[in-house]
Amino acid sequence: MTGIDPLALSSAKAKGKRPYFLGDPDVERLMTIVMAVAQEVSVLRERLDTVERLLDKNGTISRSDIENFEPTKAEADERGAWTQEYLNRILRILQQEREALAAKDQSSEDIAEELAKD
Amino acid sequence: MANETNTPNSYDGPPDYRVVGRHGMYPEVSHDEIARFNFLAHMNRHLSTKVMPGVADAYGARVEPAFRKTNSRDFADRHEVRKALLADPMFQWWSALRRATMEQRQQAGRWVTLRQADAINARAAELTDGDNRLMLDADLEIPRYVAAIDHHCMPGSYHTELAQGDVTGAANYDIGLFATTGGMLGRYNDGGGVAVAKWVKENMPDFNPKRILDIGCGLGHNVLPIAEAFPDAEIVAVDVGAPMLRYGLARAKTMGVDNVRFVQGDVSKLAEFEDESFDWIQSTMFLHETSYRSMQEIFAETQRLLKPGGVVLHVEQPQYSDDMPLFEQAMRDWDAFYNNEPFWTKMHEVDLDAYMARAGFAPETLIHGGVAAVVDADVFPEAANDDEQEDYGRKAAWHVIGARKEPAGAVQ
Repeated sequence: MTGIDPLALSSAKAKGKRPYFLGDPDVERLMTIVMAVAQEVSVLRERLDTVERLLDKNGTISRSDIENFEPTKAEADERGAWTQEYLNRILRILQQEREALAAKDQSSEDIAEELAKD
Repeated sequence: MANETNTPNSYDGPPDYRVVGRHGMYPEVSHDEIARFNFLAHMNRHLSTKVMPGVADAYGARVEPAFRKTNSRDFADRHEVRKALLADPMFQWWSALRRATMEQRQQAGRWVTLRQADAINARAAELTDGDNRLMLDADLEIPRYVAAIDHHCMPGSYHTELAQGDVTGAANYDIGLFATTGGMLGRYNDGGGVAVAKWVKENMPDFNPKRILDIGCGLGHNVLPIAEAFPDAEIVAVDVGAPMLRYGLARAKTMGVDNVRFVQGDVSKLAEFEDESFDWIQSTMFLHETSYRSMQEIFAETQRLLKPGGVVLHVEQPQYSDDMPLFEQAMRDWDAFYNNEPFWTKMHEVDLDAYMARAGFAPETLIHGGVAAVVDADVFPEAANDDEQEDYGRKAAWHVIGARKEPAGAVQ
């Protein structure tokens, strides 16, 4: 036995000073936790999809069925399309920020004043 | 749930991780661990196709205009561009997400390999113990360019051993490349090596190398296609990392490739090999992980080691030229500054032809070309037709710079 502790070592830091990008490093720390959780939600969703497909096909299920599941190309594409949809949904704010770059939007406050003019 | 999913008529995302080729050294990867890699491949693709274009938009809409307004001039170089981008929220969020995704990929792969470290290391030992094609040097001094920083945020880099006979770092590198590239390097992560072999066959149809040296071979994923393309040749693959070399030989054997020797060494000092003893010296995505000084030594070594008429080829991302927009240069520098590839920025700004000339390769012997990853188009249709996607610095398309050593008796 080597005595390698996977829990301690799997999340180890890489050598080299870590860059932070967001204005507040605490926000970035929180973002990395949220994205790791987002990853695990995706993992759960894929597992549920596997369970449902196996039940549809066989009416019964075992853990080894799940481990050995091989999606067809069409099934893999459906699962991939869901993941695309999922990422588009959770990272929506970045899409909207991009759209806002091109838009010449007025605030509701300004529009309210405009609409109140005689 | 399947019923709720939009049935894709023309799905263009990454393939399911299960298309990855499972050689005999491949760790066991559970259903959920596969799902994790699937998420990461999608995340990288989403960042490059959906988020990064927003950085380009923000640059055009506000970063560049604001700089011009404040300074009454244009950007002078890519570093000014990058520093201005660092203050922009779109670049900040893209960068924060990209860095986090890289770290998540490392965590995912390390978990898979470390939880079964004993089993993987035992399998490697079984395949390599007593095999003289594995030549390790426990006293090798790890060059500063490797020791200074863990490249691409890979904890322990290429050389760290967590236990005797450790290969877990190499296994982690192997199983996660798919996620980082979204599958663009093919089933065995060898799209670069396949492309090089194809390029040589097409461009040098009469070239019949007997002895080939691959420098900075890593786990050998790019040298195996070359070994398979030239089955009668003897291949020597050199790297500083013992885990990579152990894993590389074990992996090659289970894939039925038997003509590669894996040698631990510093490729700037290959005194164990005689002058003019190789027909072909190859490096694939290696130079950007070295240094100016070692690059000069490496080029000089290749000149010494090549037989007259032999060929050296280096495959790299394109150099920054005056024709390349400063924004593109700054984006290509991202991996240098934020993904632990520090020499990337320095290596890509120099005149490699001049370096080759200083090592004794005459200008008229220099070779320039381009290669793009060659992958199984049935499995990776989007990679096979990858004209649209650009993921600065990570696109599976490279430049070739090389030289042919002048044949004996050639007039200098």
